[in-house]
Amino acid sequence: MGLYVNLQKKVNGFSLDIEWEIGHEPAVLFGFSGAGKSMTLQLIAGLIKPDSGFVRLDDTLYFDSLSKTDLPPQKRLFGYVFQDLALFPHMTVWQNILYGAPLLSGKEKQDRARDLIRSFKLAGLEKRYPSEISGGQKQRVAFARALIRRPKMLLLDEPFSALDRPLRLEMREFLKEVKESFNIPAILVTHDFDEAAAVSDRIIIYEHGKITQTGSPEQVKTAPANTYVSHLVSS
Amino acid sequence: MESVLFSVRLSLQVACLSTLLIVVTGIPLAYLLARKEFKGREVLDMLFTLPLVLPPTVTGYYLIIVFGRNGLLGGFVYQWTGWTIMFTWYAAVLASYVVALPLMIKTARAAIESVDKNLINASYTLGHSEINTALKVILPLAKRGIIAGAVLAFARSMGEFGATLMLAGNLPGKTETMPIAIYSLSGSGEWNKAHGLVMLMTLISGLFLYIANRYSKRTF
Repeated sequence: MGLYVNLQKKVNGFSLDIEWEIGHEPAVLFGFSGAGKSMTLQLIAGLIKPDSGFVRLDDTLYFDSLSKTDLPPQKRLFGYVFQDLALFPHMTVWQNILYGAPLLSGKEKQDRARDLIRSFKLAGLEKRYPSEISGGQKQRVAFARALIRRPKMLLLDEPFSALDRPLRLEMREFLKEVKESFNIPAILVTHDFDEAAAVSDRIIIYEHGKITQTGSPEQVKTAPANTYVSHLVSS
Repeated sequence: MESVLFSVRLSLQVACLSTLLIVVTGIPLAYLLARKEFKGREVLDMLFTLPLVLPPTVTGYYLIIVFGRNGLLGGFVYQWTGWTIMFTWYAAVLASYVVALPLMIKTARAAIESVDKNLINASYTLGHSEINTALKVILPLAKRGIIAGAVLAFARSMGEFGATLMLAGNLPGKTETMPIAIYSLSGSGEWNKAHGLVMLMTLISGLFLYIANRYSKRTF
């Protein structure tokens, strides 16, 4: 049980060829920019179509080039938090969160949104627009919007990279709370080793579209597979 | 005086109907050209844009070939119903529609293309279909460009002359729009009336440009 990913994709001279597996714990995709981490998330979410491979979570195949399975992103039920958060600028905080649950009835949607607003400390901001709230508040709105329809997995594409350090530490704690209360697999893309180590026991290291090493933060720190990894974990 | 008032009313009527048709058909066309990759996309864009650069008489000529009494489509309609669009006020609407449509398509396409791709992807990952995403995310965010396009199309429809003259003719009390009335009045030396219409035409066009500018300044 867990997420099994095997993906190949060539685009504009860049070639991605990866295979890994995680259980129901958070995992981190770690590497320098342009290594293929964000692309992997987009392939898993169905926003880009792989050339070949498969994506399987528990018993469900989401993509499989052999059986020609390809669920559209709308049907994958994965919560995606984008690097720039992608909050809708023309919707209020409340509308942004409700937009995350198109299939729920009005009452259930509003009950869930109210719960999320309370637990994510967003009370009082419901009528504000994204441009009128702080960076940390925007993060929490993006998480609330991604979580309201109870996704089967969370895909987090460097959501904390734009924040300053104290706020990043706060968001790590927040992420732990999310992990405990929702208990779903989460994949975090980052190029900050401290962040990777704080969030997960399992680090998957990307190098030019390939997997160089996987292991716990201690393992990759004490026994890096090559100079790229040792450079990466010490930077 | 009555004929002058008639031409003002007719021009407004023609511009309103042609703008309505432009909004209804131009937005989906702009969306298609901006978001869908298909063979012949740029050729289609070029075809819709051509009336912007062709002399209106050439556009009018093509329209006669297609919609005239002996035209490709018009001949068919005339055979079956005995009716032809030629020299009716509908012909003025058709001419205005074809000539002003590119203004809507160009501005709306650019506005739709400038919507952040991540917002569209976010909408998809949140479970919204393409049509829902278009209605709730893409079009609201492209609203400024679309409104500006509609306003420009309206102003262009009000001012349509060449293709209208070829298709609808110059029938006082029937197809004589403001620009055509101005042409007739100045031809027959009725300068007072011509002055009045010219001032009114300038005023209306200026007002619409002002509205278009005000809309394009509104930001989220």
